[in-house]
Order: sequence, then C-alpha cells, then structure tokens
Amino acid sequence: MSVLVLAEHSHGKVLPATLTTVAAATKLGGDVHVLVAGADCKPAAEAAAKIAGVAKVLLADDARYAEPLAEPYAALIVSLAESYAAVLAASTTFGKNVLPRAAALLDVAQISDIVAVVGPDTFVRPIYAGNALATVKSTDAIKVITVRGTGFEPVKAEGGSAAIENATSADDPGLSKFVSRQESKTERPELTAARVIVSGGRGMGSGDNFKLIEAVADKLGAAVGASRAAVDAGFVPNDLQVGQTGKIVAPELYLAVGISGAIQHLAGMKDSKVIAAINKDEEAPIFQVADYGLVADLFQALPELAAELSK
Amino acid sequence: MKVLVAVKRVVDFNVKVRVKADGTGVDTANVKFSMNPFDEIAVEEALRLKESGKATEVVAVSLGVQQCQETIRTALAMGADRGIHVQTDEELQPLAVAKLLKAIADKEQPQLIIVGKQAIDDDSNQTGQMLAALLGWPQGTFASKLVINGDRAEVTREIDGGLETVSLAMPALVTTDLRLNEPRYASLPNIMKAKKKPIEATTPADLGVDVKPRLILVKVEEPAKRKSGVKVKTVAELVDKLKNEAKVIP
Repeated sequence: MSVLVLAEHSHGKVLPATLTTVAAATKLGGDVHVLVAGADCKPAAEAAAKIAGVAKVLLADDARYAEPLAEPYAALIVSLAESYAAVLAASTTFGKNVLPRAAALLDVAQISDIVAVVGPDTFVRPIYAGNALATVKSTDAIKVITVRGTGFEPVKAEGGSAAIENATSADDPGLSKFVSRQESKTERPELTAARVIVSGGRGMGSGDNFKLIEAVADKLGAAVGASRAAVDAGFVPNDLQVGQTGKIVAPELYLAVGISGAIQHLAGMKDSKVIAAINKDEEAPIFQVADYGLVADLFQALPELAAELSK
Repeated sequence: MKVLVAVKRVVDFNVKVRVKADGTGVDTANVKFSMNPFDEIAVEEALRLKESGKATEVVAVSLGVQQCQETIRTALAMGADRGIHVQTDEELQPLAVAKLLKAIADKEQPQLIIVGKQAIDDDSNQTGQMLAALLGWPQGTFASKLVINGDRAEVTREIDGGLETVSLAMPALVTTDLRLNEPRYASLPNIMKAKKKPIEATTPADLGVDVKPRLILVKVEEPAKRKSGVKVKTVAELVDKLKNEAKVIP
C-alpha cells in the first residue's frame, strides 16, 4: 500500500520540512504520494512532482484551501486516507494543527514527532523534552504520523517526475475563518533549515541588544534564534523560540549566547552537530552540552566575535 | 457561558527524568508532580474570561490516577468553580483522553473548552485537536490571544512564520501557547476555600469510553549523551576552534 505525505508549500515552492517528511515516508515502504492542497497551487504541485522518490502528486486546488485552516484540511485528508497505509506531515505548526484532527476523525492514534522508523508500524519518538526516546508500535490500520525534521536527511528536491492527479475537494465544515497573518520578515535563513544558528537568551537584556547577535549571524549567514526567556521578555518574536515546545533544530553549528541552558531549551537544540556557548556564568548548564564554551561577558564577546569573523 | 478546562498531572518541569534500567519507562517514584504548565495557562485564561464577565462558570477536568484530584484542587485554588475527575489507573493516550473529554462535554455543554497545547511528559500535542474533531467544533491551537466576540472566538495563533488570527464559530476549542497569559499563584485563603469546592468522580466505564491504548510501548531508552567539551579562553581561540578543529565555519 502507498503512503500519503501532506505537503507544506508557499509561493509555489515546497518547504524543506516536506523533504524530510518524504524521507521518513520512503522508509515505511510502498509508493509515496504527496498531497498539495491550496488555492492556485499548481506550481507547488509541479515542484512536488520533482521531489526524488515521489510516485504521485494529488492536487487539491480550491479556494477553500487558500488558508491553512485545520477543519477543511483535516476533512480533505480523511476523504483520502482510507486507501493509504500511512499519512504523514511535518512536525511544523501546520502539521501539528491539522494531523491530530484528521487522526481523531479516522479513529486512529497519532504518532507525534518521530525521529526514526524501525518498521512500517514501529517508530521512535522523543518524550520528556527529549530526555528519553520511546519506541512505539501502532496497532491502528492507518498510521498517522508527524515527522521531526532533525531525525531524517531530506530527499532531493529535484530528480523525480511524478504524475499530477486532481483530488476531489472535501466538504468544508465552515466552522472557522481566516482573519489575518503577521509574517515575520527576515532576510536570514529559516531556523529549522539553517546551517548555522546564533541564539540569544535572557542575558541579552533587551530586544535592542539582539543587534549584537544579528551582527554575528550576518557574518556567518546564520539564522537568529532565542530561548523562551528572551521571547517571553518580548526581546524577539515567538517564531524565533528554540526548545521543547518551540522549534527543534539541529544545525551544523549552534552558538548559544546568554542562554543558561534549561532542559526545555536543550530539548530544542542538543542534536546540533557542534554547540558553542558564551555565558558569563561558568556554572551555566549550557556548558555541559557545549563542545566549546567561553566564559565571558557577551557585551564584549559579541562585538569581538563579529570583528574576528570579518578578518 | 460555561468554560471547561482540562488539567493534566505531569512530572514537574524542573525534574530531569531518568530512564528505568529495564527500559520500561521513566522513573516516576519519589518525583515531584505538578499541573502541566500549558494547562495552568488554560485555567488562567478561563478565570480571566469569568472575571471579565464573559464566562459564568469554570469547570476543571482531570483524568487518571487518584492523585489527579490534587491537580484539580490546584485549579480550584486558582479560582475554578468545580472539578470532575475521571478516575482510572489505565494508561490514557491522547485519543482516549479526547473521547473521555467529549463524553464530559456532551453532558456539560460548555461553549468553550481550553486545554494546553502539549503535555510536557509525552510531548504529543494532540488532545485538543482530537477533541475538537470528535465534537465537530472548530479549533484555535497554540493561542497567544483569545477574544470572545458575541458567538465567535477570535484566536491569535503562534505559527512557524509569525502570528495568525482565525475566527471560530462557538462552541469552540482553544489550545494554549506560552504567551497567552501568566498564570496566577493560588493564595492561601483560596487554597482553603478550594477544599470545599465539589469534585465529581466518574470513570471511563461510566462514560462508556474504551480507553485501550492504540500505541504499544516497546521500550524507552536514554538518548545518546554528548561528549563533554572544552572551555576556550578568548574569542579568537573560539573562532580558531570552530574554523580549524570543528570545521563548521569557513
């Protein structure tokens, strides 16, 4: 039987999270089909058809899918799911919103946030902020799964040539309406796809001081992240939060500045390849996971670092 | 308007859990338990709706072992009016919890249900969405702002790229994110008063819900530990290590 991946796309492009979700889907066995839903989203379907390893693209092009509302999207998935062995989406706020709703309508459990596929019905997922890894076996006929991006190498965005088929729209229950969106504008890479991340914490002291972080990030072509404390204090917007209940990242280099290293923050970044930390408190728990630790005042160290990187 | 909130008893957020040597789970003996932090935010939001005259009653529900009554008492001490405890020693997975909460909602007929977006023990992030689905209600997940406007709920949601606002036809379900509010501490007089507030007890069998787990736990392991690193003395040394030893910057 085939497996279905709910794609995430924007402006005609498929997002990187979908590529790691397809990677997980290919490990389940069976053909991988990708569902592209949206309004005027043919270019995204064409992009999805090029993803390596995809056998078929289902295109649900309809005004009712113009905004990512959980109710019509879940109804669409339910209308298609019966002929699939599994339905997968990325563990993004989009996937996490839509997929459990679809799972309940199908009367199946969801396996959230998998980081490994052991077999077609058995998966590994982190629990307790990543302090334990649970292997679980699903007894349901349809496996509904969200995929943590850091657990899988993305498949190639090019190289495939899948057929595109139109999918019939499902009834929209009409319970919710989209009102508005405030998108964070940034020229920097997206956090979950960045090769390098420079993150600031409570120690930054103010939103204005994040300019010091940005200056270093710009030298490294890095994304900017933050701890919960920095977001709660209003220094930076919510979508920069790295941690157990924020974004989970695993870049090549994670530079934590003025972040003490609460377990909830470590849960979001401890799978990074290399971790470096700058903190004036040498007892800060962040140093226990850092490959390179520098005990220093960040207000001196950050400008020095930016200068050093310009050399 | 009646508001229902669900509160889960979880291992306290400050506890670093240890995996049991036999791989059957994590060690929860002699460990501090508390209300799931996201559920505290749910209780707080319901109380604020009551204090602003939008809600008339706040009912707190918890599901699980006998000690869940302590979690309900915490909600009552914060200001909830009464509690419902669905008592069982069985493991409850999100789909079963959603079914139990639906059975309670069918009886109680709230106009609004608020739950935490995620419990910090199993980190599933499912129950609210599942409950909304089973009730046929709209959902506003990961809320950082909630405004009740007549028969609609306007929910501002924390999403990956920023914020999004949706308008939901009530009755509706909302799941809380961290920035929705800052939960209050219960005062001593309110803790005393909470002892007299009623908690109704029921069971999955009473509610006619099959709670058999759909996911079988095969094993629980410790994640790979990171090797301890080195301290560098200067910024220049840090850059040198990152360039020439770790080779993560050009």
